[in-house]
Amino acid sequence: MSALRDGADERLETPAAAALRAPPTMRSVVGALLRKELRVELRTFESVPAMSLFSVTTYVLFHFGLQKDTVTGSLASGVLWVTLLFASVLGINRLFVADAEQGGFDGFLLSPADRSALLLAKALALFIYLLALELVAVPAFALLLLGSSLAAAMPGLLVVLALGNLGVAAIGTLVGALAVRTRARDLLGPLLSLPLLVPVVIGCALATTPLFAVPAGGLPLRWLLTLGLYDLVFAVIAFALFDFLLED
Amino acid sequence: MATLAAVELRGLTRRYGERVALAEVTVALEPGQTLAVLGPNGAGKTTLLRLLATLLRPHAGVARVLGHALPEESWAVRGRIGLLGHEPLLYRELSARENLAFHAALHGVGAGAAERLLAAVGMERRADEPLRTLSRGMVQRVAVCRALLHNPELLLLDEPRANLDPAASELVEPLLGRSSGRTRVIVSHDPAGVLAEADLVLGLVRGRVALLAPAAEVDGAALRELYR
Repeated sequence: MSALRDGADERLETPAAAALRAPPTMRSVVGALLRKELRVELRTFESVPAMSLFSVTTYVLFHFGLQKDTVTGSLASGVLWVTLLFASVLGINRLFVADAEQGGFDGFLLSPADRSALLLAKALALFIYLLALELVAVPAFALLLLGSSLAAAMPGLLVVLALGNLGVAAIGTLVGALAVRTRARDLLGPLLSLPLLVPVVIGCALATTPLFAVPAGGLPLRWLLTLGLYDLVFAVIAFALFDFLLED
Repeated sequence: MATLAAVELRGLTRRYGERVALAEVTVALEPGQTLAVLGPNGAGKTTLLRLLATLLRPHAGVARVLGHALPEESWAVRGRIGLLGHEPLLYRELSARENLAFHAALHGVGAGAAERLLAAVGMERRADEPLRTLSRGMVQRVAVCRALLHNPELLLLDEPRANLDPAASELVEPLLGRSSGRTRVIVSHDPAGVLAEADLVLGLVRGRVALLAPAAEVDGAALRELYR
């Protein structure tokens, strides 16, 4: 039986024996889905470059539009997070497109894999895309706009970025799965995700405001807890609803 | 002891909004048998396959596949069905080998099965090229591998030889044909070809059963009536 499980000798496996094969583990399915996701992105460059280019362009526009060489405090925080929010919507909109257009949903649904594996893999992929975006966007923001020290703000900023990314990943995966199966997905994605992401932006912006102030302050624990709680609530909602979104 | 039917449908109905795609379809198929599903465009053939594949839910009636009621026990059927439809269900940016490794992981199958199938359909030399660079016939061969990767008991085939040249058709014959020993439901627009390998014929017109008979009893007049 173990030989059947690891596929070492499927040559001898009859269809009846195949029916007894153990279902794949959550870990192996999430790994396969995530590998596929990243491989497709690396070959098409459909999400991360668009997100990064959008954010850099927006910071350039802010640089000239605000007619200020530098911004600090709440203005800096707002500019950073609103831009990251809009850039992440681009990624959310593309998250399930390859699956919808190339039959990936059906391929997945035909397998005995746990449906939650798709949620987890997509959320991880989106989290990674957001990290890649921030690797470009945050230095660009510091270079073009930030009037305080990025190095001093970095430890706290990393914590807020991680919490913000978790929230965007949970909400984005849920909304992306819902929107992609509609004809108006390009409209529905932002329409649904932006209102749900507003609390994430508020929490992140208020959490980073002291970091970008002159002189810099510490991280406000209250907003970190609020962000953490919001992330948790949406992770649970996404987990509870995702199966229904995939079903007919 | 009576054999459990591989597919048993009683009064199966499915709608898309107001439109009835399948209306009270009743048919039973024994294990190892082949059901040919015929009918004009829009008759409900693809809907029937998607219902059997657990991708659609019935709105009324009873559907039992491999002994399990749908949709309640869909989880027990998934992984025992191989669907080969109009879409290859493969990612264009990935190679055949990568696509099959991905599907193998979803089914908990080792990579050996993919290699054997790629060799069987003559695709091992092009297996590392992205699918977008391959011809439709080659992609269809990879799709055949994908549908068989997990050694399914029930094959749901929608024009399985579409885009395949005669040589490729010959290559996939042992995998998809009667000699595979699997229970098969085949949708086809080539009645003459599919009758030769079917045990039972189900003719659909506008979602309703217009013909249900053993293949040996279906003649040209019955087929003409179906497509009239």
